[in-house]
Amino acid sequence: MIRLNVNGKAVALDVAPDTPLLWALRDTLQLTGTKYGCGQALCGACTVHLDGAPIRSCVTPVSAVAGKKITTVEAVDSGKVGKAVQEAWRKLDVVQCGYCQSGQIMSAVALLSENRKPTDADIDNAMGGNLCRCATYVRIRAAIHEAAKALA
Amino acid sequence: MNTHTENSEFLNLSRRRFLQGGAGLTLGFCLPTFAAEKLPAAGPGKAGAGLAAPVNFEPNAFLRIGTDNSVTVISKHLEMGQGTYTGLATILAEELDADWSQVRVEGAPADAKRYNNLFWGPAQGTGGSTAMANSWEQLRKAGAAGRAMLVAAAARKWQVSEADIVVSNGVVSHPASGRKASFGQLAAEAAKSPVPAEVKLKDPKDFRLIGKQAKRKDSAAKTNGTAKFTQDVFLPGMLVAVVAHPPLFGAKVKSFDASKTKAVKGVVDVVQIPQGVAVLAKDTWSAKKGRDALTVEWDESAAFKLGSDEILARYKELAKTPGLVAKQTGDSAKAFAGAAKVVRAAYDFPYLAHAAMEPLNCVIQLSAGGCEVWNGEQLHTGDQHALAQLFGLPPEQVKINMLYAGGSFGRRANKDSDYVLEAAQIVKARAGKRDGHAPVKLVWLREDDMRGGYYRPLFHHALEAAIDQDGKLAGWRHRLVGQSILIGSPFESMMVKDGIDAVSVEGASNLPYAIPNLTVDLHTPRDIGVPVLWWRSVGSSHTAFSTEAFLDEVAAAMNKDPLALRLELLAAHPRHAAALKLAAEKAGWGTPLKAAPGERRGRGIAVHESFNSYVAHVAEVTVKADGSFTVDRVVSGVDCGTAINPDNVRSQVEGGIGFALSSLNEAITLKAGRVEQGNFDGFTILRINEMPRVEVHIVPSGAAPTGIGEPGVPPVAPAVANAIAAATGKRLHRLPFDTRELAA
Repeated sequence: MIRLNVNGKAVALDVAPDTPLLWALRDTLQLTGTKYGCGQALCGACTVHLDGAPIRSCVTPVSAVAGKKITTVEAVDSGKVGKAVQEAWRKLDVVQCGYCQSGQIMSAVALLSENRKPTDADIDNAMGGNLCRCATYVRIRAAIHEAAKALA
Repeated sequence: MNTHTENSEFLNLSRRRFLQGGAGLTLGFCLPTFAAEKLPAAGPGKAGAGLAAPVNFEPNAFLRIGTDNSVTVISKHLEMGQGTYTGLATILAEELDADWSQVRVEGAPADAKRYNNLFWGPAQGTGGSTAMANSWEQLRKAGAAGRAMLVAAAARKWQVSEADIVVSNGVVSHPASGRKASFGQLAAEAAKSPVPAEVKLKDPKDFRLIGKQAKRKDSAAKTNGTAKFTQDVFLPGMLVAVVAHPPLFGAKVKSFDASKTKAVKGVVDVVQIPQGVAVLAKDTWSAKKGRDALTVEWDESAAFKLGSDEILARYKELAKTPGLVAKQTGDSAKAFAGAAKVVRAAYDFPYLAHAAMEPLNCVIQLSAGGCEVWNGEQLHTGDQHALAQLFGLPPEQVKINMLYAGGSFGRRANKDSDYVLEAAQIVKARAGKRDGHAPVKLVWLREDDMRGGYYRPLFHHALEAAIDQDGKLAGWRHRLVGQSILIGSPFESMMVKDGIDAVSVEGASNLPYAIPNLTVDLHTPRDIGVPVLWWRSVGSSHTAFSTEAFLDEVAAAMNKDPLALRLELLAAHPRHAAALKLAAEKAGWGTPLKAAPGERRGRGIAVHESFNSYVAHVAEVTVKADGSFTVDRVVSGVDCGTAINPDNVRSQVEGGIGFALSSLNEAITLKAGRVEQGNFDGFTILRINEMPRVEVHIVPSGAAPTGIGEPGVPPVAPAVANAIAAATGKRLHRLPFDTRELAA
């Protein structure tokens, strides 16, 4: 049994220790907002927060996060930054297919939690690991600025 | 794939009507006789749940009004990112006069009788940027019929004349008496109204949703993790299957050893299928570990073993000889014989993967009642018939739940139903087993997806232009060499005429420029064993580049401004010209660009029509001394007829630009038959830091809507190549671009 805290709840997982956090979240806890895209930390679709910092859950074994606090997109609106980011995403209709957007949002929330007034360069730097094949990048940039404005 | 005669005829018929350019619309709108039709609720995440309130008002197959005042629009088309659900709902809600906030969207089941794509005859499916165009009249009439029935219900209830009733924002009212009712309050009564034989549609000047700003219906679910994709389907007792696929196209399983696989905790079963060896487990990670532990010996005797460089070399040889003539006007031979100047160039295009963010997957369950599928379904009728044939079921016993697709770009509309049949083969292989009815979720890992073929075909183009004594463009020859998407598919007999696959030459054979002598010919190699498929914008994904980059070379040879030459040759094509002018004006065409020391800057333009929409882009680039470059800004002029949702049109063009910019850097290459790329490290799609500023301008239009999912893509790469040439004087002839050629 591996114990961790997911979205504020204590959970015990009966999975092999090498199971990536991604599959534990999705297949065991059925928190399916976190997506599988590449399995090698190349696309960012699986981004979640580990004690507030963004990590790629597809290459993070559950054994490495035992006892830690995990936040997924399902609970990101419990903080005001998360709420502002989701609202900005909706206001600007950022999404297209939507599959990468949970990861995009988790990375954007992590950025704005650290930096309340990011420049375009800051955004490109923080979001460069999150791929979007629909290329919603123009609106991702705009929505991060929009959320920053709302948080100011 | 499919030798079932009935099925082939079905698809062929559909494709023929598609080709006839929308003749399907004349099939007209058929209102089913009223009597609360049972619509399986099969929308994203609904997975076949039954409907509630029996008093729902369902005037036709596209609309359901609940007593809870909800207006549900049934989408016959897949939402794979293009805003389809929102656009279709906008059309219907406009004529219904619903309030946008009460509207929701649900995916239609596979039922070609009610939900066929009107441009595809009797087949249901999404593609070719047809969703809005084929639904336009149909959904306006569906909304107007619903509105008329609500009005009739109110008139009966209030004992007033229908003519005195007003409908606005979801409220039916009788101003003279002050009576008011919501749609929900009238639903039960409206269900008793006769279905009108004819309905009056709004004058477009009265539109209050169409052409305005209807917010996307899927934004909330796609930002809080609740949107349901195929990957997110969990059913009781479900097994996850990961498949060991052959390392070469055409290789087959010779033997396999699953002893180590079966020792992996969580692995339940291992079965051989025609596509490889499937490992089934209780969860994805166990299935993957099980597959990694598998030893498979492959029979590569019939496999395709060439590399992409060898394929290209063969194509270049073929290009030395004439191919089958796809288009001929005037007398090119004479034009070239009498030319004062001849310009020549050849262009190469690689295989490209669709690389949607959601790798391919499909869930199938077989039970006594038939087969049930959960899929980001893009080709309902084709997949339904393919599954029916495999399982020996009547097609209506194949129930398809259409979920959101995490991108597709054409990949999920597979002419051979490849991944859907793979999932079905696994289910079939387990049919006799104790837990043989367990639903199976087939999961392709990224590497399976990227190495799984069905690529945009590799192409070689050779072009030449004749400039006559008067300095006029007198002749144009365009030779293309590349695999056919349609030959060998169920679509062949209708889309391939005299050996010419229409989608191999689209964009080249219908060159809009006024050139008196034009020849387009085509070689279609049939001995290349790499599966190919339509990729966002299909033939135009390569023909727009060769025609538009080459026209710039011709303009340079004629000492003409690239925009001026285009406009001169487009006198008979005002929609191309208007898109060009709009983009050029907004971009400041002709004004100088400032360059920092050591940098070269340039502006390029291109225009292309695809799927009856017209898009022009102006690109601005900065090229550094080492040849690396950035695309700084793209300004677009877009004519897609009536823009149902202008913000979504802009969004699709922004995304199309980014998708196309990816193609400047990406390629699928083969070495001795093996695909060299397996993930996003080798196949490098665009990242946010590479995304330029984008400005999209829409040409005002009262014409019927045409597509916008694809048309933004084709003119991007040539506009960038032309900008690079303007900055450096160097013409790039090969995709992906080799920036070393641009070093100062």
